[in-house]
Amino acid sequence: MKRVYVNEKWCLGCHLCEYNCAFAQTGKEDMALALKGKQIHPNIRVEDGDNIHFAVNCRHCDEPLCVKSCITGALSRDENGVITIDKEHCIHCYTCILSCPYGAIVPSEEGAIQKCELCIKTTQGTPRCVAGCPNNAIVFEER
Amino acid sequence: MEYVIIGNSAAAVGCIEGIRQVDQTGGITVISDEKYHTYSRPLISYLLLGETTEANMYYRPADFYKKNNVTFMPGKTVTAIDPKAHQVCLDDGAKISYDKLLYATGSSPFVPQMQGLERVKKQFTFMTLDSAKALDKTLDSSTRVLIVGAGLIGLKCAEGIRHKVADVTVVDLAPNILSSILDDDAAAMMQKHLENHGLRFYLNDSVQQFTEDTATLKSGAQVPFDVVVLAVGVRPNTALLEEAGGKVNRGVVINNKMKTSLPDIYAAGDCTRSHDISSDTDRILALLPNAYMQGETAGINMAGGKAVFDKAIPMNAIGFFGLHIITAGSYTGKAYTKIGENTYKKLFVSDGLLKGYILIGDIDRAGIYTSLIREQTPLSDIDFDLVFEKPGLLAFSREKRAQILGGAK
Repeated sequence: MKRVYVNEKWCLGCHLCEYNCAFAQTGKEDMALALKGKQIHPNIRVEDGDNIHFAVNCRHCDEPLCVKSCITGALSRDENGVITIDKEHCIHCYTCILSCPYGAIVPSEEGAIQKCELCIKTTQGTPRCVAGCPNNAIVFEER
Repeated sequence: MEYVIIGNSAAAVGCIEGIRQVDQTGGITVISDEKYHTYSRPLISYLLLGETTEANMYYRPADFYKKNNVTFMPGKTVTAIDPKAHQVCLDDGAKISYDKLLYATGSSPFVPQMQGLERVKKQFTFMTLDSAKALDKTLDSSTRVLIVGAGLIGLKCAEGIRHKVADVTVVDLAPNILSSILDDDAAAMMQKHLENHGLRFYLNDSVQQFTEDTATLKSGAQVPFDVVVLAVGVRPNTALLEEAGGKVNRGVVINNKMKTSLPDIYAAGDCTRSHDISSDTDRILALLPNAYMQGETAGINMAGGKAVFDKAIPMNAIGFFGLHIITAGSYTGKAYTKIGENTYKKLFVSDGLLKGYILIGDIDRAGIYTSLIREQTPLSDIDFDLVFEKPGLLAFSREKRAQILGGAK
């Protein structure tokens, strides 16, 4: 399946992917209007070190520990391999946060957890984080 | 191939999903002594809290059995297993034949002998949907509740009912609350938080005698109550397998393929004994994720595939009144501690490996710690100071990150 892969040495640490992710979640037309003055809650997060930057989002594992550990059944893997969250079903116990080896699942503002769903519920096609990356530091492809 | 599963919770669902990865046509029969579609047991406290509904407690969608071509037999109790004849006997006299059997009977509340307990009219355990519903019916704003047991079940029950009742008192023999998952300092922090939300504790104490409305504690304290909840602990349901000649050592003994000592019988979930790799000991790990993964492993093997589950560790994610706890592994070795206002972090290191951790409040990216324990990653391979400060992939080598994030083999 196509996943978001990281080319670490090309990452500028600009954090635009985080803004594009948050923008995709709003469903609005204009990024500035959608995000101006707002705290963003992206599903992709850039880690910054000394001259090292890279983005981390859900790996959509073939053996997803989050799905297997989810106590409610709110996390599932769809027919294409995308791991999605049913927020109505989630009771925010955070067993998935306990389980994800990459720290790619975070609490959301409304209580349930949130995670990258490869934009299948929002913009579809190439995930917005990848589409907006200025230096191909993240790509959407089969590997 | 005919598969029979005794039980209908996480291990059973894992088994069904495991079987169907390998065998899409064999018949699967699920026998459950409960009448419900598969539901998540830990959600019973959230139901009382009003954070979920009975329909939302389903562990899998309503069409789950149909989609997986499962014959579901709710409300039936297995009375015996005949391993020679490859049959299970039901309480209605029916006999069901199997080629492969999963024993996933779970655990039951353990109720110790307590003087006068028989005089208490409104007494409950807190384990199943029926037990939660029965308890809920007795509660109103004037009810005084006494909970015996300050473990995960007792305290989740306390949180679930606190808003409905006049007061909740919790008694435990142990000096600390949540003694199975927290150390002394963490327990003290959580206890304070729970007391701030109206729970009252008698620790290092026990009920010496019940009358119908008052408990006299060993310390001499008198606790008047209307309802008693017994949440002292749980015990694996092993009797049926033991009677059939299977090996049991507190829990059902299984290998890393989830096979029992009896031919063609597998076991998974709370009824089994697991190997905890964080302490290198065999113990009962009655945890939902563990049950699912054991069940899935059993299912794959029952259907002729090959799978092992050899990475079991204790782990818990649990919250009380908005304050979250995540813990994993064993608390042995050198402790690295960081305590803040309503946050608590302790990592335990021994033999160059992370063995366990306790997080309260700030649980961000906890799974990175869990993974270090589960994968037994040598801490010399990572920047431990950095990962202790803030769990992240920055603490790993560039090569490791290329595997994780870049798909490198």
